[in-house]
Order: sequence, then structure tokens, then C-alpha cells
Amino acid sequence: MEEIIKTKDIVKLYIMGVEELYALKAITVTINRNEYVAIMGPSGSGKSTLMNIIGCLDTPTSGHYELNGQSVSEMDDNELAQIRNREIGFVFQTFNLLPRSNALHNVELPLIYSGMSKSKRIELAEDALLKVGLQDRMFHKPNELSGGQRQRVAIARALVNNPSIILADEPTGNLDSKTGDEIMELFDNLHQLGNTIIVVTHEDFIAEHAHRIVKLRDGLIESDVITGKGFKHNSGKTEAQLAN
Amino acid sequence: MKLFTEIKEAVIISLNAIRANKVRSFLATLGIVIGITTVTILQTAIEGINRAFEKSIAAVGADVLYVQKFEWFGKEDWQVYRNRRDIKWNEYEYVLGNLQGAESVCPTVGNVTTVTYQDFSSESIPVFGTTDEYQRTMGLDVAEGRFFTRRESDGGWPVCVIGYDIKDAFFHDINPLGKVIQINGHNFKVIGVYDKMGSMLGLFSLDNRIVVPIKKYFKIFGTRRSLTIHVKAPSVDALDDTKEEVRAVMKRARRIPVGGKDDFGVNQQEAFKQTYESLTGLIKTIGTAITMLSLVVGSIGIANIMFVSVKERTKEIGIRKAIGAKRPTILLQFLIESITICIVGGMVGLFIAFPLSLIIDAFLLPTAMPLWVVVLALFISALAGVFAGFFPAWTASKLDPVDALRYE
Repeated sequence: MEEIIKTKDIVKLYIMGVEELYALKAITVTINRNEYVAIMGPSGSGKSTLMNIIGCLDTPTSGHYELNGQSVSEMDDNELAQIRNREIGFVFQTFNLLPRSNALHNVELPLIYSGMSKSKRIELAEDALLKVGLQDRMFHKPNELSGGQRQRVAIARALVNNPSIILADEPTGNLDSKTGDEIMELFDNLHQLGNTIIVVTHEDFIAEHAHRIVKLRDGLIESDVITGKGFKHNSGKTEAQLAN
Repeated sequence: MKLFTEIKEAVIISLNAIRANKVRSFLATLGIVIGITTVTILQTAIEGINRAFEKSIAAVGADVLYVQKFEWFGKEDWQVYRNRRDIKWNEYEYVLGNLQGAESVCPTVGNVTTVTYQDFSSESIPVFGTTDEYQRTMGLDVAEGRFFTRRESDGGWPVCVIGYDIKDAFFHDINPLGKVIQINGHNFKVIGVYDKMGSMLGLFSLDNRIVVPIKKYFKIFGTRRSLTIHVKAPSVDALDDTKEEVRAVMKRARRIPVGGKDDFGVNQQEAFKQTYESLTGLIKTIGTAITMLSLVVGSIGIANIMFVSVKERTKEIGIRKAIGAKRPTILLQFLIESITICIVGGMVGLFIAFPLSLIIDAFLLPTAMPLWVVVLALFISALAGVFAGFFPAWTASKLDPVDALRYE
């Protein structure tokens, strides 16, 4: 199995005035290609901090982090931006689309920053929107779309650069349960297509979609369990499919 | 390629941002609009005055020396010049007879007097006496008729050449040639009309005068007035040599020793130009300083609005950073936004300045808006944009993506 994420003794220390707060205390975790991992934990457990570090939005105070063979824990801001652009697709709880741009342009944005030509950009962005079933909403602005559609645009944007990992932070937190289910189904499909997915959540029914659940508490890994559900074997079929 | 894509994206973003905040953008650019309007008006006015000056000064003649009692824009007290000896007819004759390196020489003398034609009369018409050489020396165009001949000049015939405004005022549509006018009560036949020359810097009209043979002038007005001796040099390049010779000849005429001080002035167009340039230079400097001040104030306004814009769009910056925008990209984006606002402001300024300059041209001063003024105005706008936008853009580029994403 190819290791995509490899962290060793990651520590994140926040200094607030005279107080020192360890958000993460020596996190060591390895995630392989095409895994579907849920990171869980109560608020204050450090899961957001870990997500930020895995997502290269933040750097650890100490420890080592290797993403897709590149040592990112020592990179500067601009190098991290490039890594985020190439290796990571973000899906946020609040969608985080650009309000004044239409769906197509929102999806196109990562490709603009990677310097791709316009015709290629449009082609890939249209393709990504097709994958999330929004081919007929391409020229709508976020305020003309429903919550579920907005999240689909965000997912298309995360996919468009063909990243190593898709990192979703409470992706259904702002959606009703039916729409949430649809979004989770979309993640399941993406996983089946070979993507590596990491979902940060505090809700069990979301975590159930993943095949592995990493639970954090007080900046430490409390448990790391492979549930098997939805896990894709080398044959390319899920356990459920195999059972049939 | 990548930079071009980023710039294009940034321009689109900034135009959208301006469109989304129309009123705010308008108020923010007001300073720049006013600044650019001022700088453009100032430049068009100076440019227009320059062109008018060039046209006016041509009447003085670039290759003509004026030997006079007074020195143009002389540094000494006016009294000093007034108490000098008058320049007399015999001195003119001495210069005429002894000057080697001159194309032509002629005297002029003049005063203001009453001119009458039938029942129309004016009391303040400048009348000049000169010789037939005047035409060769000054090279002014006679539109109708002719200048007087040597015979008419030497004989002191009662003939005259009139300026365009005189023709206009006294004759309207009638052909003035051959008509008889009274100058100070004496009859003169009109034999020529000067082409329209315009005014000297809008101060006095070059078309309001009458030229008569100097012999006749002396008979009417006497010989006590000081003459001006006009000396035309063979070329503009030879002007300095001719000037030295004129000084030497005048000194001999007046029996001033070689090392002695001149008690006469040898004037030339150059003196006008120097004085004019130092004057417009001063106007330019003061105007530029005031304009720069208004542009700085305008830039501060833009900087202020850019800070607000950065603050407002913290989340957007966070999103852009999360999906791969680097620091220089964000910096560029906000810098271009600021430059775009300023250039739009500059263009508005130009659109205001252009009709304004036409109005000024019609009622106040001559103006001209050449392309370089337009280019300069837009360049200054862009510069103001960089000046105003750099610090806010820098702040935006330094934002931490985690904090920016969390910002509501």
C-alpha cells in the first residue's frame, strides 16, 4: 500500500499570553492511498488543528509530516500554497465558495492558480461539475443554488486538480439530513473511484461511511479502528459487494 | 503565461468588486478624479499658453535685434533706462551705413493718436513710422494691397498700411484700399492691409496699428521721440555675431570707449522667452505641487478603502489561499484592484477635464490636450494606485489562511 500521509510526533503548541496550550501532543498517523478515514473527537480534542496541519494550512510546532513523498513540515508559505493547490482538495462545512463567481469559475479557480490554459481549465471544470451532477448549473452563482448544490460545487472544486487527498471538514454540518446523505453518497462514490478521503466530523453516522475511524482526545489519538465498512479491496470491490 | 492569467483574473475580480460597491468606489476615487482633472487642466493650460506664446513671439522675429533705450526685462531700475540718451535719426543712419553683417536695418517710432474715417473716429490708435525696409526686416504678411516703396518712404508720402482690426473697425465690408483716413488730422491713403496676426499673449492686439513712412511721421509728430532700430541678422545662428557688431557700431556712433558701458539696449526675442519660461516654470512648479498634494490625499482615500476591502474579504482571501493562491498572487490581486480603481478614476478625470479645457479655451485661456498629457495622467493614476494599494495588499498577502478562513 502506498503511504500518502505520514506524520511522526506532530506537536502543535499555542502560546496565549503566559499560558501554553498543547492542541496536539505527538500525533503519529499513517494514511494510505484510497483510504476513507474519519477523524473524530469532541470539540477541543485537536481534530481541527490536525486537519489544518494535514491540509497544509498550518505547520506543526515540532514533528515531521510527509505528504505524497514530500516533506512539508519545513516548507514556507508559498511552497505550502503550491502543495495545497496540487495535492489537496478541501470541502468545508460552510462551502466557502466565492459569492460573486458562478459555479464554473469557482471550480476553475484552483486551475488558475496552477497556471493552466483557459481552454484546458474549462474542460476540466466542466468535467468535475459533471461528476457531481451539476452540469446544468454551471453558470449559476452560489446564491442561486441550494445548500446541497453549493456543497457539490465545492466538491467539484476539490476534485478538479486531481489531488492526492480530499479533506472534508464537517461537510454535512450545514445541510439537512436528506441532503447530507446525498453528499455522503457522493463521497462514497468518489472513494470507489479511487480517491483518498479524510472526513473530519463529530457525528457517528457520518463516520460510519468511512472504513477507518481515528478518534482524538486532548490532543492525542484515543483510538484508531478499521471498521471495514466501505473498504475497497485490491479487487476494486467493496466488502458489501463481495458479500453479495 | 501564468502571470498573465493571474493578472487577467485579478482585473476581472477588481472590476467585479468595483461594480459590487459602486457608491463606495465612486467616493473613494473622487480624490483621484479631482487630482487628475486638475493635473490635466493645468497641463492643457500650460501647453495652450505655450503654443499661443510661440505664435505671438513669431511676430517679434527670432532673427531680429531691437536697439532701444530700454532693455527688455532689464535688471536695473527703470529710472536708469529712462534717463539714457534717446536714440536719434543720425544714430540710425550711422548704424545703417557702418553695419556690415546685417540683412536689413530699419527704424521705427510710434505713439497713440486719433484716427478718423468719415464720421467714425478713434482716439487711441497706435501709429508707427518706419522706412520701406521694415517689410524686409519684419517679414509680416500684407494680405491686401502692398507695403510702401522706397520712393514713398524717402519722400514721406501720405500713405499707410493698416492692421486687420483697423480695417474691421473702420471699413467693415468696404474695400479700404485707396480710401483716405485722417491721422491726427492729416490725410493718408490706405495702400495695404496686414494679415490677421492675433494678440501678444492675449494682452495687446498686433492687428490694431497703422504703419506710415517715417519722414511723414516726423512732420506730424516731430522728431523728439526715441527710435527703435531693427536689425535683421542673416540667420538665427548669426544673431550673436550681429549683436556684437551692432553694439560696437552703436558705441562708435555715441563715442563710447571700447571698454565703456552701453547706454542702450540690444534686445532680442530670447529675452522674452527666458522671462516667459521662468514665469511658466514657476506656475508649473506651484501647480504640480498642489496637484501632487491632491493626488496624495486621493491615494490615502483609496488606501483607506482598500484596507476596508481587504478586511471585508478576509474570508475570500482565506478561500483563495486554501486552494493554492500564493502570497504574490494575493498581493498582485489587491494591487491591481487599487490600480484599476485609480485608473478608472483617472479616466473619469480626463473625461471631465476635456470639456472643461474646451470651455476654458473659449472664455479664458488658450488650451491644448496633446496625447502625452492623457498618457501622463493615466500613468500618474496608476502610480497613485500602486502607492495607495501596496500596504493593504501586503497586509492581505500576509494573512494566515487558517485565521482568514475562520473569519466571519
